[in-house]
Amino acid sequence: MAANSIPLEALEKSMVLAPVPAAHWLVIAPPVWCLLLGAILIMVRKRPGLQAWLAIPALAALVLIDAALLFAVTREGPVTMVMGRWLPPFGIAFTVDLTGALFNLTGGIAALAGGIAALGDIDRTKRAYGFYPFLLLMVGGVSGAFLTGDIFNLYVWFEVLLISSFGLIILGSERAQLDGATKYAILNLIGTTLFLIAVGILYAVFGTLNMADIAAKAPKLGEIPPLMTLGLIFIAAFSMKAAAFPVNFWLPASYHTPRIVVAGLFAGLLTKVGVYALLRVMVMIFPQEGNAYSLLIGVVAILTMLTGALGALAQSDLRRMLGYIVITGIGIILSGVALGGQTAIAGALFYAMHSMIVMLALYLMAGVAGRMGGSFSLHDLSGLYARSPLLAAITLALFFSVSGLPPFSGFWPKAMLVKATFDFGAWWQGGVILVSGLLTTIAVMRAFALGWWRMPVSGTVEPARIEASEAVPLVGLTLLSLGIGLYPEPLLALAQTAAAGLLEPTAYLHSVFPGLSPLGGPLP
Amino acid sequence: MAKPKPARAPKPDPAEGQKRSPMRRGMDTLIFRTMAPYLTALMVLFSVFVLLRGHNQPGGGFIGGLIAASAFAILGIAQGVSAVRRALWFDPTAIAAAGLTVSTLAGLMSLAADVPFMTALWVFPNIFGTEVALSTPMLFDIGVYLVVTGAITTVALALEEREDD
Repeated sequence: MAANSIPLEALEKSMVLAPVPAAHWLVIAPPVWCLLLGAILIMVRKRPGLQAWLAIPALAALVLIDAALLFAVTREGPVTMVMGRWLPPFGIAFTVDLTGALFNLTGGIAALAGGIAALGDIDRTKRAYGFYPFLLLMVGGVSGAFLTGDIFNLYVWFEVLLISSFGLIILGSERAQLDGATKYAILNLIGTTLFLIAVGILYAVFGTLNMADIAAKAPKLGEIPPLMTLGLIFIAAFSMKAAAFPVNFWLPASYHTPRIVVAGLFAGLLTKVGVYALLRVMVMIFPQEGNAYSLLIGVVAILTMLTGALGALAQSDLRRMLGYIVITGIGIILSGVALGGQTAIAGALFYAMHSMIVMLALYLMAGVAGRMGGSFSLHDLSGLYARSPLLAAITLALFFSVSGLPPFSGFWPKAMLVKATFDFGAWWQGGVILVSGLLTTIAVMRAFALGWWRMPVSGTVEPARIEASEAVPLVGLTLLSLGIGLYPEPLLALAQTAAAGLLEPTAYLHSVFPGLSPLGGPLP
Repeated sequence: MAKPKPARAPKPDPAEGQKRSPMRRGMDTLIFRTMAPYLTALMVLFSVFVLLRGHNQPGGGFIGGLIAASAFAILGIAQGVSAVRRALWFDPTAIAAAGLTVSTLAGLMSLAADVPFMTALWVFPNIFGTEVALSTPMLFDIGVYLVVTGAITTVALALEEREDD
């Protein structure tokens, strides 16, 4: 009724009047689906038996939605939907480009695998405490962060996933868990507060929070002081989330305390959200500032890789060792961000996706090993090969993959990154990638020699079975890693296109502002 | 959805309060215990008023939800947590979840109208000779109201809960 009294010309300037194609609904479908299902799961909180049967099909449907979204994006380029029909930059835009869609699909697959693994790992009482609702809400937050095109909205999704992750990390309320959760919560709250401060300054400088709008306006301002400071705050905030040196200590201090599925999901998904945000902000929105800080990011990357690899060597707890390996991976991704250039960014994207899958699989594997061996400590863990050759095979495959040995998925992105560093002349950076790979290999093979090959320390060895809820996600993820390693072309091509889209975001900007002139700046 | 609550809330409570020993709680005065159900009923009614007023004037789902949650907190202080839980009928967490569902569905209604997510849709049905303006933003706000009521009540009741409750 009210709309009829406003002239059409005025409406055209403020609202989307064209009908929305069905494919565009896919843009908001993943977070909305997760939030809706999460809410329904909270309502049936008192019936833990029902929860898994609702949550796992919902997560499977999420993977299908994510795959459809990726397909739509590969076909027609970045897709945008603005909330409430208001034209951007005033309406909050959800804009999905190839980078976001790839991260989103990988995250969805990891969430599904985690949901299945939780059938065995999270018992009924803890399920009643709310594992699945928190999982769905967290995945909703993660996918919202990958898909949104508004930087304040990105902050909101960060909060959504953080609050749900607090719920997940204290599941069980043991003393050690509360200790780990406190470290996790405080560091993450500081990180998000920095992020919020940066967003506030950003709004003061640009008067807009739409990522495409900022990206179009930033080159005109150039390397002026507020932008450089802003870039530094963003780097600090996202490094804290991604667990980069020197703000990485919270990760190994907290990730070994929650349930193993939760730790795996955190290692796979949450640190990658920090990496994604760093890529989006420092590569796409502020490329000039990102370049100016490339040396800083490069040094941080090197130190992150080395602390991660050396930390992994020094650990005697399987889960803590994996925590340090997560950090090494973050360093490798950051070195791609520091280099810039299409191959390096593509390598970083590829490595991030590989890491999401393999880190979750490694944690799930550690969970099975810990259950069979009765301990996570490498002092006590022994004779696992005799207990379960299948587990040993999976473990070896995952260890190869995470060290970057062929024919697994870790090999290709590392090869791309090393090649990019040498092409660029940053041989020291490429050297550190290789050295950290060697150190990681030594660390994981030490674990394999002690835990799997060593004769049992005490008692006899009984063959142990892998439960179906453990085997399905573990074998699935390992085969995925192997498949990507053997046939990397499709993902390589996608990563290259995605990196090109980040470095030259014309298509992204056009998707948000169809009337944008090629020189930048919306047409009058 | 929120309206049945004020009618239901005070009913089972006075008897519940009198059963308890007066030594147990600091706030257990006769005046407070007698007044609390009426105060709660008034506050919940007021919170619904604030919620509905919020579309064009100060108010809305968030602030209304806070008022409703403080109403239940007062009842909890006066008569114990279990009395509030019984009066609410639903688990406060479930109320919050229902609110989240309502808000999400309010956004999804624009799917049927072929407009982007969360676009405001209006209907003006004529009820008993009065034109009533109903809209998806209002539905969304009711969802927010339930989320805030449920979440804050959960926190408040957890803080007020004792070993013997």
